[in-house]
Amino acid sequence: MSTAHSRAAAKAMISPAVLLLLCWMIVPLSMTVYFSLLSYNLLMPGMEEWIGLTNYEFFLTDPAFFTALSNTLLLVGGVLLITVVGGILLALLLDQPFFGQGIVRILVIAPFFVMPTVSALVWKNMFMNPVNGLFAYLAKFLGLAPFDFLAHAPLLSIILIVAWGWLPFATLILLTALQSLNPEELEAAEMDGAGSLSRFFYIVLPHLARAVTVVVLIQTIFLLSVFAEILVTTNGGPGTASTNITYLVYAQSLLQFDVGGGSAGGIVAVVLANIVAFFLMRMIGKNLEA
Amino acid sequence: MGQISLTQVTKSFGATEVIPPLDLEINDGEFVVFVGPSGCGKSTLLRLIAGLEDVSSGAIRIDGINATQLPPARRGLAMVFQSYALYPHMSVRKNIAFPLKMAGLPEDERNRKVEAAAKVLNLTPYLERKPGQLSGGQRQRVAIGRAIVREPKAFLFDEPLSNLDAALRVNMRLEISELHQSLKTTMVYVTHDQVEAMTMADKIVVLQAGRIEQVGSPLDLYRAPANQFVAGFIGSPRMNFLTGPDADALGAATIGVRPEHLSLSTTEGRWKGRVGVAEHLGSDTFLHVHIDTGHNMTVRLTGEAALKAGDTVYLSADPQRIHRFNANGLAIA
Repeated sequence: MSTAHSRAAAKAMISPAVLLLLCWMIVPLSMTVYFSLLSYNLLMPGMEEWIGLTNYEFFLTDPAFFTALSNTLLLVGGVLLITVVGGILLALLLDQPFFGQGIVRILVIAPFFVMPTVSALVWKNMFMNPVNGLFAYLAKFLGLAPFDFLAHAPLLSIILIVAWGWLPFATLILLTALQSLNPEELEAAEMDGAGSLSRFFYIVLPHLARAVTVVVLIQTIFLLSVFAEILVTTNGGPGTASTNITYLVYAQSLLQFDVGGGSAGGIVAVVLANIVAFFLMRMIGKNLEA
Repeated sequence: MGQISLTQVTKSFGATEVIPPLDLEINDGEFVVFVGPSGCGKSTLLRLIAGLEDVSSGAIRIDGINATQLPPARRGLAMVFQSYALYPHMSVRKNIAFPLKMAGLPEDERNRKVEAAAKVLNLTPYLERKPGQLSGGQRQRVAIGRAIVREPKAFLFDEPLSNLDAALRVNMRLEISELHQSLKTTMVYVTHDQVEAMTMADKIVVLQAGRIEQVGSPLDLYRAPANQFVAGFIGSPRMNFLTGPDADALGAATIGVRPEHLSLSTTEGRWKGRVGVAEHLGSDTFLHVHIDTGHNMTVRLTGEAALKAGDTVYLSADPQRIHRFNANGLAIA
């Protein structure tokens, strides 16, 4: 019953919501663009002046920017690798029938409910701390020198912490996908002479392709903006060793009070996120069709 | 070669015994149909032969070799599943070639065999399509193609036609029968449809609650059912069963007459009754008659009969065609 009249009415009805959402997005974005073109330092209020693209020039030529860019990509890539591979293995394990399956599944999902600040603090103080941490204790028990994770491998430590938080999400999505696989398909493959590895690579993995795509896309969106874990563990250091773009923008605008430079960084981050999204959709988006 | 023998095979799921001790011989080249109502264990029996389920006790021999502990792939059998179980992400070509690829055949040989199978099954134009782009009958043929390229000792079919519409089912039935004629390979076929069983089988195995009720050729089962269950299951429409004085007179607890062995008259006969529903099929007419003793009987008349609901009719049976059963439901010879 979609007559021209009802279509017009429908457009009129949804337009307030669409306009509201548009304002919601456009106003902060245009303000950020505006600030990014000003020399605007919180220490000198009222001294704002138009400086064109200078903020962008400074931000993009800052050596910290390139470190932050590569850190961002390493962080996203590393966490994706761990969660997708680990998620598939965990999902395969949880798909087996065993005693206490229901409780174990809930326990596996639990890390997802722990807020990032808390999980990062727990990891920092209870596991990775070189004096009191569990890992240090373990190392000493084995007669090794304790390793100061956050000082010597800060980015890797953060990747581990973030991956720990996201692993349940990947596991959950992949487990449901795994359960939707027709068991007759696996039996047919078994009859066809496929061993368990062949069955995994020829039947299970292709079946999971779409779920993996969903996991990668959703996680990428969130992983590009990882912040809390860095703030409470390393503060982006030592130096800029664990600074990503999000943290760099924060440092620029709120630690150096340079709102103009921070805004320029924010716009750069938006552009980068869109580039990543474009390539992701090109590479794996086709899995979502049909 | 494709000779399968089951000796004292049982299957239990936990405490539930699905298949009590069972013996069965399937000869080389035979078309054997397992038939029975749903839940009678026929699919389980097929899966035991395939190796997809482990037997609880007993032995399965294939061509004289004890295959009880062999994994499914090494039994040399091919199976066609009810859901076809095609691999959705692979083209028809890759689906059919999959068992050959797993067997490690070189690519040119795989292609040669796939194309030969596709030609037999009229699938050549669809080789590059995905299963999702095929109709039900074509998918069914792909599943069969995947089975025949392996040149198995025997084919196992698990209700392969139940997802097809009626017209297609008749076609596929013929195609599978023709395939059997040309390949001469042993086929074991599971169905709940007695028409499929009667039309395709060399040997029918009627199962109920995991037990074999009777084994025999379709016409043996039709002419001499061993018990009341087989008598009621084989033949369409169902055999009419009568109890009471009619049965007592013949020294049986129950007597059975097939609808096609009843003759009908409007003036006189053994049983007087009133027509309830008349089903006119053109070639046949099925009359559901309420007879005065309180039983309902179905009569099959060939051709078009000018009878309608409410008409009074008289039925008689050929004494040679009356089946007698004792109180335990076993046939009295």
